[in-house]
Amino acid sequence: METEKNVTKRVPGKTGFKNEMKIEFDAVSENEAFARVAVAAFVAPLNPTVEEISDIKTAVSEAVTNAIIHGYDAEEKTDSEADANKVYIHCLLLGDVLQVEVVDEGKGIENIEQAMEPLFTTKPDMDRSGMGFAFMEAFMDELEVISEPSMGTTVLMSKKLGTLPWIDHEE
Amino acid sequence: MFSFFIVRMPNADTLCESSYWTERGKEMEEDFKVIDNYLMVKMPKEVDHHNSGYISKTADKFIMKDGIGNVVFDFEDTKFMDSSGIGIIIGRYKKISYFGGKVFAVNADTRIKRTLMICGLHKVIEIME
Repeated sequence: METEKNVTKRVPGKTGFKNEMKIEFDAVSENEAFARVAVAAFVAPLNPTVEEISDIKTAVSEAVTNAIIHGYDAEEKTDSEADANKVYIHCLLLGDVLQVEVVDEGKGIENIEQAMEPLFTTKPDMDRSGMGFAFMEAFMDELEVISEPSMGTTVLMSKKLGTLPWIDHEE
Repeated sequence: MFSFFIVRMPNADTLCESSYWTERGKEMEEDFKVIDNYLMVKMPKEVDHHNSGYISKTADKFIMKDGIGNVVFDFEDTKFMDSSGIGIIIGRYKKISYFGGKVFAVNADTRIKRTLMICGLHKVIEIME
């Protein structure tokens, strides 16, 4: 297996390592935990630190939560409508860079700039803090939001792993 | 000695945590305790949108019923929190601060603290060991 080397020794900037994953699941809140743990497990071959894992989990959780409660308005849908609602996650590992794409086919965002402002929320009654995009920006390196009303939303995030020095031990 | 640096992935019991997946009823109410006019809320292992609704609803019920002055959130068991947890705290803070009450966060680990700090919550609530 190609990943074998990376497990025992993580070399920052190692090129040629590539891995890809796609998952698709129902837009229900139970799946938020599944989604973030799946992405965290996917980056495990790169020996991420606990900090990095925690950052990735938080960012993915925010993106998936946004898709479920804002994209699909999960609370207002009937069961049959909710069955057709899917969230797609596409992960790509290129060298030591993780790219995550979270896609929904929901109602989209009218004003992306306003939506990305910290503390702006359309659902203050549901105890939403409006910090979702701010967290994604803080915990990942790059963030891009592509959306149009009624055309769904795509959130693209990337993070370079292993920016902290790696301690190499001789056996 | 090398294994010290290898990150242990979340194991099966993190994934299948029973309190996360099942509908919580009576047994979850043990996580809410009233001492004097303090409401102590024990936060679950993972705080996200899925269980934040239940926590805010139950906390509100206690705040309305018992004349609670202050709310204490205990993060002792919490390993993960996203912006839904911030929403819970801000929502309770708004309710309780009308009557001059205070909100506290105790036993938060470094990652939870960082999440609270990013939102500037340390200016309105008290974070204690």
